[in-house]
Amino acid sequence: MSPIYPRDGLNAHPLNASPEYKSTLKRAPSQPLILLPHTLSETSGPVFGHVAVQAGDSDLTRQHEGEPLGERIIVFGRVLDEDGRPVPHTLIEIWQANAAGRYVHVRDQHPAPLDPNFTGAGRVVTDAEGRYRFTTVKPGAYPWRNHHNAWRPAHIHFSLFGPSFLSRVITQMYFPGDPLFPFDPIFQTVTDEKARNRLISRFDLATTEPEWALGYQFDIVLRGRNATPIEEPHDD
Amino acid sequence: MTERKDDLGLTPSQTIGPFFAYALTPRAYGGVELANEQVATEAVAGERISIRGHVYDGDGVPVGDAMIEIWQADADGRFHAQGNAGFTGFGRAETTAEGGYHFDTIRPGALPGPNGAQQAPHLTVSLFARGVLTRLATRIYFSDETGNETDPVLALVPAERRGTLIAKRGTDGVFRFDIRLQGEGETVFFDM
Ligand SMILES: [Fe+3]
Repeated sequence: MSPIYPRDGLNAHPLNASPEYKSTLKRAPSQPLILLPHTLSETSGPVFGHVAVQAGDSDLTRQHEGEPLGERIIVFGRVLDEDGRPVPHTLIEIWQANAAGRYVHVRDQHPAPLDPNFTGAGRVVTDAEGRYRFTTVKPGAYPWRNHHNAWRPAHIHFSLFGPSFLSRVITQMYFPGDPLFPFDPIFQTVTDEKARNRLISRFDLATTEPEWALGYQFDIVLRGRNATPIEEPHDD
Repeated sequence: MTERKDDLGLTPSQTIGPFFAYALTPRAYGGVELANEQVATEAVAGERISIRGHVYDGDGVPVGDAMIEIWQADADGRFHAQGNAGFTGFGRAETTAEGGYHFDTIRPGALPGPNGAQQAPHLTVSLFARGVLTRLATRIYFSDETGNETDPVLALVPAERRGTLIAKRGTDGVFRFDIRLQGEGETVFFDM
């Protein structure tokens, strides 16, 4: 009954009982979770063909007649598993606020302008080496009602599947040097500093395109191991 | 060539937040859905079943901004990758303002479990919501399956909580499965 996938890395994830983030108070389970053996239900997962994902879905600046306002950015990186192997052909879905910090979502009440040329939703499938790339605009910070003067640091929401039900994750990518980090209870729910820093993208001059867009690298590590163990060189 | 293993830690989970719908469940926004409540097309073999329920918080207040995903085997207990290309086995639904959700699918078959045991038919469930930082994983079993009594996963759950994992078939034939995130009747969630 022992789990097939290692569990050591799981403490990177935030606890659902994180009271500084007020929405958790009535939504976090109070009973202990039950340890589940990894059966075929968990070690398999949905497979997405490329059919539903169009080539243009990864460029959020070209979904309307005109160009969106804001700082144009390229967000790119690799999706890897816990052993550093690329996760190829896996679906990534992203969504974000516009440059003014406003979501298209009907329930977003922030009195910042909507941009008729920006929806803020994108999809891409990683290539054979696990690489992905989006073109978008940098989202603005936005206020929320968690506590007095609460503002979310600029972020892009990421949803990934990976090879199995176990590797499924939804996360948020942040931008380097954001002054709101120390004050954001959602970012701070990741209590391990090294793990928290893995949520921050890295500015990359090599990907930055002259007269066009800034490049930000965000590599993502998903749970899981390849079923076939590979020979690892011993260099220690 | 070799990646340095000690640099690789899992990317931590973060909440889905309240504003995911226009990207992940974009029907109301005119967007193309990758998956929805209709898990099986007409062409898929198997007994048609419907599952309906609501999601409630610790005060019994409906959770109107959750996303529920299901993953399941086909009627023969096989997963998508094992050859049934006409059936993805994956469904996704946003809860309504009243916390409601439903899926229309086929009844999954029994499938192999740990140590040679057989698992009773079930759906694997992920729940994401504002205020949920790391997805909540649970399972939906079916009240009219005799295999529940010998299911190796249900056996891990204290008897008094097992019922929270079993959808009950109503006189209309629809299976009811409510999800209670906290408190009285709290649904069993799994650590994987
Ligand atoms: Fe957000």
